[in-house]
Amino acid sequence: MRTIDNPRPAGGSLLHDPRARAWLFQILAVIAVVAFGWYLFHNTQTNLAHRGITSGFGFLDNAAGFGISQHLIDYSESDSYGRVFWVGLLNTLLVSVIGIFLATIMGFILGVGRLSSNWLIRQLATLYIEIFRNIPPLLLIFFVYFAVISPLPGPRNSLSLWDAVFVNNRGVQMPAPSAAEGFWAFWLALLVALASVVMLSRWARARRHATGRTFPVFWTSFGLFLAIPWLVTLVAGAPFSWEVPELQRFNIRGGWVVIPELVSIVVALSVYTAAFIGETVRAGIQSVSHGQTEAAASLGLRPGQVLRLVIVPQALRVIVPPLTSQYLNLAKNSSLAAAIGYPDMVSLFAGTVLNQTGQAIETMAITMSVYLAISISISLLMNWYNKRIALIER
Amino acid sequence: MTIHTFKPDLPPPTISIGAFGWLRANLFSSWLNTLLTLVGLYLLWLIVPPVLEWAIFKADWTGETRADCSREGACWVFVQARFGQFMYGFYPVELRWRVDAAAWLAIIGAAPLFLRQMPHKLRYGLGYLLVYPLLAYWLLHGGFFGLETVPTSQWGGLMLTVVIAAVGIAGALPLGILLALGRRSDMPAIRVLCVTFIEFWRGVPLITVLFMSSVMLPLFLPEGMNLDKLLRAMLMVVFFEAAYIAEVVRGGLQAIPKGQYEAAAAMGLGYWRSTLLVILPQALKLVIPGIVNTFIALFKDTSLVIIIGLFDFLNSIKRATADPAWLGMSTEGYVFAALVYWMFCFGMSRYSMRLERKLDTGHKR
Repeated sequence: MRTIDNPRPAGGSLLHDPRARAWLFQILAVIAVVAFGWYLFHNTQTNLAHRGITSGFGFLDNAAGFGISQHLIDYSESDSYGRVFWVGLLNTLLVSVIGIFLATIMGFILGVGRLSSNWLIRQLATLYIEIFRNIPPLLLIFFVYFAVISPLPGPRNSLSLWDAVFVNNRGVQMPAPSAAEGFWAFWLALLVALASVVMLSRWARARRHATGRTFPVFWTSFGLFLAIPWLVTLVAGAPFSWEVPELQRFNIRGGWVVIPELVSIVVALSVYTAAFIGETVRAGIQSVSHGQTEAAASLGLRPGQVLRLVIVPQALRVIVPPLTSQYLNLAKNSSLAAAIGYPDMVSLFAGTVLNQTGQAIETMAITMSVYLAISISISLLMNWYNKRIALIER
Repeated sequence: MTIHTFKPDLPPPTISIGAFGWLRANLFSSWLNTLLTLVGLYLLWLIVPPVLEWAIFKADWTGETRADCSREGACWVFVQARFGQFMYGFYPVELRWRVDAAAWLAIIGAAPLFLRQMPHKLRYGLGYLLVYPLLAYWLLHGGFFGLETVPTSQWGGLMLTVVIAAVGIAGALPLGILLALGRRSDMPAIRVLCVTFIEFWRGVPLITVLFMSSVMLPLFLPEGMNLDKLLRAMLMVVFFEAAYIAEVVRGGLQAIPKGQYEAAAAMGLGYWRSTLLVILPQALKLVIPGIVNTFIALFKDTSLVIIIGLFDFLNSIKRATADPAWLGMSTEGYVFAALVYWMFCFGMSRYSMRLERKLDTGHKR
């Protein structure tokens, strides 16, 4: 076979050579982008000079001087802007993690519900998904915050669950655990349980491969996880002491306080994202053809085994990539917290810090890189998981 | 030889046909199903009667002020009293006819596109896309040909939401297609530029982008030049959603078999003609659901402009519920907002399903 090195027609100008044209286009595009970037940079320089703003990240060491309603690490008003960054980042991560956890559970229930053989459950799941997919998440956040939590009674008339958990318009107050005498023994026991479960499942698999006999690994592990820590607790004493919030004259003191902003945003985002995850899960399960179920059944597997060994592993391959983008969406949507004043990355850094320091470019660059970093890490993690469960073809 | 005649079939047992059979098959087929049905019924009983009672039976529908509401159920008087503000924001009351006119023009102008036998549909559609925006700008903003100027700071309500969404859709679709083509291009420089653009916009939340538009964009522009706040927000929405559209379209482009590209090249079509005549029509048809999903997301995302202080539909409702004359109406306000957003988004998703069925040529494998 002969390849033609130079497709330029004889006598044609250089402009009719596709390769020359490709070069020309690319050079023009790069020049245009660089010129545009330089233009923006130049404008910014002049503007900053005129407004007397010095650029640089030195401001991060200055004292912040404002209070924050929720901080997972120690924080006081005299701490630096750099500390504010970590507080905001942790608050954002907190919302994302709780949201992802709740949305995944609700979403899987919804997805399975949509495929249920029960007509009523199917309709209810469909109704839920169709309602919540088509409403802006910000509206849901406002609804929970202004229409559900705000009208709740004040601390004095809190709704209480067993006098331990109090719900009122200042959020949720619940018992806070703190380490007690059996604390370390408890964790040690959990570790031992985990190790024994790992060993047990290895042994069970080896035996199954060798002899074909199965072992009820799940229920044994379940029992081990309950029994070992329980026995240790009996011997070594309670691992936690609970500080129960107490109703006082005007307020509730003690315990863990979950601020209403956090409750609203977590509830709204999980309700919203669960609808999407539900659809993802349904599509994934439906993508496994019915022949697989029948083939598995004809091999003599019981319905539970069919689901666990045949359907779920195949469905997961279809579910994981779109599930990743749902997780990413949730993490990015957590920035909506800024609209109700939850102290997350955006409202603390791109809001308060920017207003106080006027360092627009630096604060925005930091905020955006945080979200880029979160996005990239979640997608890398899920890509790794996806590769692990991917079909290994010939 | 005896002749056997078949007796007529016995009817199926009454327990497996009719309403009773349906119930047994769909609701009570096993003890687990029965349990689920009972749980479902309990949930319905818990939710539906109180909601209906609140929203319809005990609700107040007529009146002028808060005092006209008994507060035993929903007070829809609030929505009625503030309806104008929800729809038009602070658009001057005597000029609201212009918004109505623009809306009617949009509907009447687009109607022929939905007729099946309309000739020259493509040409008409392109002409409409060229003429209507100018007309709408003239009607909404004014300032020439005898219409008084209404600055964008007075725009608001559902009208603003629809304007942002429409501009976003009209801008993001072509830009997104170009970006997707660029990402699949053979030229490395173009590809890198497009990938960087797409991944940047997809990696950051829209809120930070809008923040950027309000605090950073003024720094980027030459001194003295000031872009309108609404225009800046629209620009950001267009870029943001274009990145998402680009990824959806890329999926469609990747699904087109290589033979199509080769066949187009064999016919002597150059890059643009093969793309426009052969590749894109097939690729776009494949990804209609994805594109419409992005449009729905865009429509929902317009609510975020509240962050930079624009008075879109959601913001006008939020402001109205904070009005001292109508305190305690948050639930009514947000339920109404949810209903309106829901109708738009659900409508779009149903239309996309219809379009998909209409364009289905049966080549899908």
